[in-house]
Amino acid sequence: MTTLRAAAAALLVVALVAAGCTDRDGDAAPVSETTTLHRGNGLEPESLDPHRARGVETFSILRDLYEGLVAEAADGALIPGVAESWTVSDDGLVWTFALRDDARWSNGDPVTAHDFEWSLRRAVDPATGSGYAPMLAVIADIRVPDPLTLELTLTGPTPYLPGLLAQPIAFPVHRATVEAHEARFTRPENSVTNGAFRLVDWVSQSHLRVERNGHYWNDAATRLDAVVYHPVESEATELARYRAGELHLTRTFPAQQYEWLVRNLGDEVRTAPYLSTYFYGFNLTREPFAGNPELRAALSMAIDREVIANQVMGAGEIAAWSWVPPGVADYTPQVYEWADWPPEQRIAEAKRLYAAAGFSVDAPLRVELRYNTAEAHRRIAVAVASMWRDALGVETVLHNEEWGTFLANRQAQVLEVYRSGWVGDYNDANTFAEALLASHGLNDMGWHDARYEALVLGAGRETDLAARRAMLEQAERMMLADYPLIPLYFYVSKALVKPEVRGYEPNVMNVHPSRHLYLAQ
Amino acid sequence: MLRYFTGRLLAAIPTLLVLVTLAFVMMRAAPGGPFDSEHMLQPEIRANLERMYHLDEPLLAQYGRYLGNLVRGDLGPSYKYPDWTVNELIAAGLPVSLLLGGLAMLIALFAGFAAGAFAALRQNSAGDHAVMGVAMTGISVPTFVTAPLLILIFAVYAGILPAGGWNGGAWRNLVLPVAVLALPQIAYIARLTRGAMIEVLRSDYIRTARAKGLRTRAIVLRHALKPSLLPVVSYLGPAVAAVLTGSLVVEQIFGLPGIGRYFIQGALNRDYTLVMGVVVFYGAFVIAMNLVVDLLYAWLDPQVRYR
Repeated sequence: MTTLRAAAAALLVVALVAAGCTDRDGDAAPVSETTTLHRGNGLEPESLDPHRARGVETFSILRDLYEGLVAEAADGALIPGVAESWTVSDDGLVWTFALRDDARWSNGDPVTAHDFEWSLRRAVDPATGSGYAPMLAVIADIRVPDPLTLELTLTGPTPYLPGLLAQPIAFPVHRATVEAHEARFTRPENSVTNGAFRLVDWVSQSHLRVERNGHYWNDAATRLDAVVYHPVESEATELARYRAGELHLTRTFPAQQYEWLVRNLGDEVRTAPYLSTYFYGFNLTREPFAGNPELRAALSMAIDREVIANQVMGAGEIAAWSWVPPGVADYTPQVYEWADWPPEQRIAEAKRLYAAAGFSVDAPLRVELRYNTAEAHRRIAVAVASMWRDALGVETVLHNEEWGTFLANRQAQVLEVYRSGWVGDYNDANTFAEALLASHGLNDMGWHDARYEALVLGAGRETDLAARRAMLEQAERMMLADYPLIPLYFYVSKALVKPEVRGYEPNVMNVHPSRHLYLAQ
Repeated sequence: MLRYFTGRLLAAIPTLLVLVTLAFVMMRAAPGGPFDSEHMLQPEIRANLERMYHLDEPLLAQYGRYLGNLVRGDLGPSYKYPDWTVNELIAAGLPVSLLLGGLAMLIALFAGFAAGAFAALRQNSAGDHAVMGVAMTGISVPTFVTAPLLILIFAVYAGILPAGGWNGGAWRNLVLPVAVLALPQIAYIARLTRGAMIEVLRSDYIRTARAKGLRTRAIVLRHALKPSLLPVVSYLGPAVAAVLTGSLVVEQIFGLPGIGRYFIQGALNRDYTLVMGVVVFYGAFVIAMNLVVDLLYAWLDPQVRYR
């Protein structure tokens, strides 16, 4: 009896394994490799609901599946999407969008202004639980005079509105599908989308396949038959799969291997300035940084950004002497007045301020620098700590933490100096200015300046664009002068692109919709 | 036997309960929460999400609710992947992990036992030293070193196997991950088998068999094989656990859609329900495998059977 049971159990295991082997061999061969693009895509998309999605990886997929009123060209420039054209009232408050009459959902239904109205309301409904809902707060009212006209009334003139409307949070969703399937409306069997591609297959953590949407208004211009997104969290794995010819395009590459990659892969290595800032924040709610701008200035001035950007990073990163990165539309980043001082003068001034703050070689500052666990963050922290030690004699304790814990500690404001970064949501200085408002999630420094708030919020209501720009620039100068943070460098986007992939254009927003890409025969 | 079996099954319930409780407490004790991000949620949206997932209730109530749902087989929604339930994610990942682990265990058993027996029968010969040398290397080189090395050799340079991905479980995609997972186990089982078999070969009853004039082949197959299996079988429980934890790394490196990857992603994202679901599953699986091992043991060793 015992023997029989054990044998049966063993057989069961073998049978399970064998069954797994055989019935899965069938779908191994992809259909037509020549017109299928394989993209490495970092993390598994958390949700294909454009209003619930949070990660840039997911946004890449959503840009293929959906199209907003405004869309992005291969170089990231804003181009008409579902809206053929738009007009703005003189006060900049009322935007009227004329929708194209041939826009269709993947099931053939027409895409109407009602779809956009319903979707925009859904995006900001607390029941939807969208993390990006605040981006749409500028929209005060939505009107639909006729099915092909959408009228948005704003709380203030928002020159960057087209950029906002190109974001997934402003994408339309198919109302009947959402209402019928709720959380499951994103499944391949239910999915109805209005972009150049439609969802065909989604195996969580394995792959996600989209195929061209025959109902898309501009389908004639789409050159790929299908795109397969492969979630690969590990940069090393992504690189190996790229080198083995399994991926045409990667999401990133291991920064430490940049020189090796350039030597061996040459032009396939593509980097471009990216609208994002890497910085260190000071906790202004506690000693020693509370009420001590001299000390904060001294620490900021003692860091040579060129060394951080060129030697510690070295993949084309740009030294940051301002908060807003270069390349932001209609804006001049405001740099520290000491940015172009010779190093000796900069260090001498740092020493003077350090002494003025009450520290010296005999009574040095002891400070903890905390960062989330990652090799690049560690290398930067080591470099910064050594610059502080050499210039000022500061004793720095480095401390790394897993991301979730680190974020919780940052938000609880129990740290001293911490790593952070900010990626612009759209190409306008406002996305950087807003991030430092007291109420913003990024402002874990506890920095609050009433004049700064007035300037940034005022800029949001300013109808004269030149005046608006001046206000935002003044706000940045004011913030820099108070040293709540240390901008270190501006990121670059990194990708590996096979020579046969055409239509790929590096751009500051790092958006590469698949409909602009194709494979050379 | 049936009583023994049901007794063991019932005893598994408190073990699982302790496991669930520990996992629950540990997840909630970890700093941060599932909805934390630099893009901080608006307070009303956050409150709404917490209400939706009952995270606004007292911890004890949440614990009770979780247990109640668990009894009904409902592992809850995933916070990080709102398009899926934890049941769906585990159902999708389980066949992958099972196939990987099952194949690795089978290969480890056969290859390990064969190598161990081979070495034992040629004790202290060049062949023995070679096999044990390879085994020693297999044990001491960690998975996260062998995996990239094998990928580099077989995928990047030779181009004969894929560097990663699942591809619906095609055999070519399985070769490297299964090999990486099986290697340390092959090595361990080979060493265990060798030791056990050498001991058995020295025992009195083998000497008697030799004295009776039996051929070596008959002695090994009929008398030495079964007792040499005993330590290997008792190692199966820990081996299953080792393969499970090893598959976390292997799934990550090869980008395979198994439940190990959900475990890591879930823990990093404070996706409480997802982590709990995987823990419950792993726990139940290890308990079940230990039971199978005990049954096998009883079959192999009459002393256990009649006790």
